[in-house]
Amino acid sequence: MKLHPILAALRKHKAGTVLIALQIALTLAIVCNAVFIIGQRIDRVNRITGLDESNLFLVSQQWVGAPNADSADGVEKLDTMQREDLAALRQLPDVASVAPINSLPLLNSSWTGSVSHKPGAQLSGKDNTRTAYYFTDEQMLSTLGVRLVAGRAFNAGDVQHQGFRDQRDRPIAIITRQLADKLFPKGDAVGKVMYTDGSNAPTTIIGVVARLQIPSTSSQGNDFAWYSTLIPTRLDANFARYAVRTKPGRLDAAMRAVAPTLYKVNPMRVLDDDSVKPFSDIRARAYRADVGMAILMGVICLILLCVTAAGIVGLTSFWVGQRHRQIGVRRALGARKVDILHYFQIENLLIVGVGVAIGVLLALGLNLWLMSHYEMTRIPLPYVLTGVLAMLAIGQAAVFVPARRASNVPPVVATRAA
Amino acid sequence: MFGYYLDLALRSLKRNKALTVLMVLAIALGIGASMTTLTVLHVLSGDPLPGKSGQLYYPQIDPQDIRGMDPSKEPPEQVTLIDGLNLLRAGRADHQALMSGGSVPVQPEQSSLDPFYVEARYTTADFFAMFDAPFLYGHGWTAADGEAKAREVVIARSLNDKLFGGANSVGRTLRMAGTSFRVVGVLDSWQPNPHFYDLNTGSYAYGEQVFLPLQTMLELRLDRNGSSDCWGNGGGGVGNILPSNDCVWLQFWVQLDSPAKAAAYKEFLVHYSQDQKALGRFQRAPNVRLRNVMQWLDYQMVVPDDVRLQTALAFGFLLVCLVNTVGLMLAKFMRRAAELGVRRALGASRRALFAQLLIESGVIGLVGGIGGLLLAMFGLWLVRQRPSAYAALAHLDLSMLFTTFVLALCATLLAGLLPAWRACQVTPALQLKSN
Repeated sequence: MKLHPILAALRKHKAGTVLIALQIALTLAIVCNAVFIIGQRIDRVNRITGLDESNLFLVSQQWVGAPNADSADGVEKLDTMQREDLAALRQLPDVASVAPINSLPLLNSSWTGSVSHKPGAQLSGKDNTRTAYYFTDEQMLSTLGVRLVAGRAFNAGDVQHQGFRDQRDRPIAIITRQLADKLFPKGDAVGKVMYTDGSNAPTTIIGVVARLQIPSTSSQGNDFAWYSTLIPTRLDANFARYAVRTKPGRLDAAMRAVAPTLYKVNPMRVLDDDSVKPFSDIRARAYRADVGMAILMGVICLILLCVTAAGIVGLTSFWVGQRHRQIGVRRALGARKVDILHYFQIENLLIVGVGVAIGVLLALGLNLWLMSHYEMTRIPLPYVLTGVLAMLAIGQAAVFVPARRASNVPPVVATRAA
Repeated sequence: MFGYYLDLALRSLKRNKALTVLMVLAIALGIGASMTTLTVLHVLSGDPLPGKSGQLYYPQIDPQDIRGMDPSKEPPEQVTLIDGLNLLRAGRADHQALMSGGSVPVQPEQSSLDPFYVEARYTTADFFAMFDAPFLYGHGWTAADGEAKAREVVIARSLNDKLFGGANSVGRTLRMAGTSFRVVGVLDSWQPNPHFYDLNTGSYAYGEQVFLPLQTMLELRLDRNGSSDCWGNGGGGVGNILPSNDCVWLQFWVQLDSPAKAAAYKEFLVHYSQDQKALGRFQRAPNVRLRNVMQWLDYQMVVPDDVRLQTALAFGFLLVCLVNTVGLMLAKFMRRAAELGVRRALGASRRALFAQLLIESGVIGLVGGIGGLLLAMFGLWLVRQRPSAYAALAHLDLSMLFTTFVLALCATLLAGLLPAWRACQVTPALQLKSN
C-alpha cells in the first residue's frame, strides 16, 4: 500500500484531519495525567499501616467533670480512672487485648516531634528526623498486631504515666524499622540511644517493629509516614482512647459491649455514635477523598475516550459516504475489499500517529504545569507509552466499522451517475 | 428569515440523527462536567460575609523566640492569649474580638435527653456586631459582662429548637459542663461559608451551637479544640488544659471601616511588636500582617486542591468535546457543499449562508446546554451524596445557571464558526459543475 494517495486525500480534508489529530492529542494528554493521578491515589490508599486491621476497634471517650490534669493529684485520679476502664474492657469475654493509645494510624490526630543522635538539638534542626509518637502500654504490640523484629517488647514495669501537658524524660522507646534504618543505617539500633524533641535526656531504643504508619495521612506527613516512635506511657487527661483487639469474628459483639461496660465503671462520661469505631471505618474515612477523586477521574477518562472514539467513527463515516463513488471506482479497477479496508485503517493510523506525537508533548507539558501548581511528581514514561498504545488501539477499533462499510461498497457504483 | 433557517436547521439535524445525538451529547457532557465542578469551586471560594468582608481584618504578629528565625517567613497564624488580650484591651479598631473554639457537654433539664456535646465558640462581646450575626431573640453579652466572667450564653437556633421547642428562651437556664448559664440571646440560622474566622475547625459547613464569653471559658477551663503552635518550652492545649504563653491558639479579628484606619492599625501592630521587644517578651523584629477576609482565605488556600484539579480536568474535557463537535460539524457542513452551492447560485449571499449554518450550530448548543444543565444538576446531586464537609453546599444558584447557558451557547457558536466559515467558501460554479 502506497502512502502517497492517502496523504493526497488527507490534504483535501485538512481541517477535519487537523481536528481529529488535535482531539487525539488533547485526549491523550488529559487521560495520561488523569490515570497517573488515579495511580498515585491508589498507591496511597494501598499503603500498609503495619497493623492487623481486622478485629480491631478504637474507643474515644471523654469524662464529664473530670479532675484537672494540671495538678499531680488530678493526674493520679485521672490515671486511676483510665486503669479502671482498661481493666473493665480487658475482662470482656470477646476482647483479646486492650491498650491505651493517643492515636492510631490513619486517624489524623497526631503528636509529632523529632529525634536526633545529639542531645539538646533544635526542634527545627537539619540533622533531626521527624517522628510521630504513640503513647501506650505493654499490651500495644499484641493489640495492634504489630510485629517486633528486633529487641524486646515493653513489659508492665516499663509503663509510666503523665499528665498530657507534662514534659517527662523518656528512658526507653520502640521505633519502626524505617526510623531505625534512618538513624542507624548499620541496622544495630537496639540498645543505642537517641534524643527526642531536643531533650538532653537519652532515650534507649529497646525494640524495633517491622512497620507502623503515623496517624497523619496529609501530604505534610508523606516525608515521615513510617517514622513512628512508641513510648511506654499512659497519657492522663479528661479524655482517653483505647485500642481494642477482639477475638476473631467477635468485633460486633465486643463493640456493642463497650458502652454499657464503661458506663457501669463511671457514668459521668460522653460516649456517642462516633466513640466506638472499627478500624475499617477509620481507614475509609482517611482515604474517602482519595477514593472519590480516583473514581471521578476514572469516569471522566472513560467518557472522554468514548467521545473521542465516537468522534472518529462519525468523521470517518462521513468520509466514507463522501468517497462512495471513488471507492467504487477503485474497486472496479481491481482493488480488493481488503485494500479498501487497509486504506482507511492506515489513514487512521497516520492521523492518530500524528495526534499521539503531539499528545505526548502536551501530556508532558500538562504534567509540568500540574507539578508547578499542585503536589505532583513527574509522570513516569510507561504511563505515557501505555496511553499512546491505547490511543492507537482505540483509533483502530473506532475506524473498523466505517472502514468495513467502505470495503463493502460494490464496484458497480462506479458506473452509476452520482 | 430566522424561522426559515431554524426550520432548515431542524430538517438537517433530523436527517442524520445519530450524528446530531453524538454532537448534542458531547456538548452536554462537557458542559455538565465543567458546570458541576465550577459550581463546587464557586461555592467553596465564595465570600462568607458579602458587603462586610472587606472591612474585617485578621492581624498577625510574631511573638516567637529567636530560634529558626527567617525574616521572609510569615508570622504565626494565630495569637497567644496574652497578646490577644493586650490587643483586645488596646481597643484601636472599630470592633475587635478574640476567640477560640471548643466543645462543651450540655446537660438538658429534660430527662428524656442524654447529655451531649455541642460545638462552642469562646469569644468576646464584639463578635456578634462585627460578624453581623443575626439575633432571633435577645442580644449578645456586654463587654463588661464578659470581663466579669458572666455565666451567659448565646445559643444557635437549632439548639434552641432542640432544648426549648423554639420558644423565646432568653432568661432561661442552660446547664453545661456542670455550670448553669443564663441564655441572653438566640441566633437565627447563621453559618458563614467558609468558616473564615477559625479555619482550624474545618473550613466548610461548620457552625457553633453555643457562644460563651472567652473569660468565662478561661475560668471554667472548658475544653478547647483547634490547633495550637508552640515554640521553646511551650506546650499543652489539649482538652481542658490551656496552652502556655509560648503557644498561639486564639484568633483575633478586627473591624476597620476605612483603608486609612487599616493602615493606621498596621502601624499600631508594628509599634506593639516594638514595645513588646523592648519589654523583652518578643525577640524578633516586628513582622506583622493585616489581611482582610478574602485575602486571608486566599492565603490559607481554603479551596481544596482536589476541587481545583477537578475543575481544570473538567474544562479540559469540555475542550475535547468542543473539538469533537467542530470536527463533526465541519464534516457535516462540507458534505452539504452541493446544496450550499445551489443556494449561492440562486443568489444567497455568503452572509445568509453563514447565518443559516450558525443557527444550526446554535440549535445544537441550545439543546446541548439544556442537556448539560440537567447533567450538572445530576452531577451536583452526586456531589451532595459524597461525605465531604462541603458536599451539602453544592447547589446551583441563579448566576451559575445563567453562566451554564451562556457557556453552552458561546461554546457551540464558537465551535460552529470555523465549519460555517469553511462551508461558505464554496465556489457555486464548481459545486454545480461537479454534479
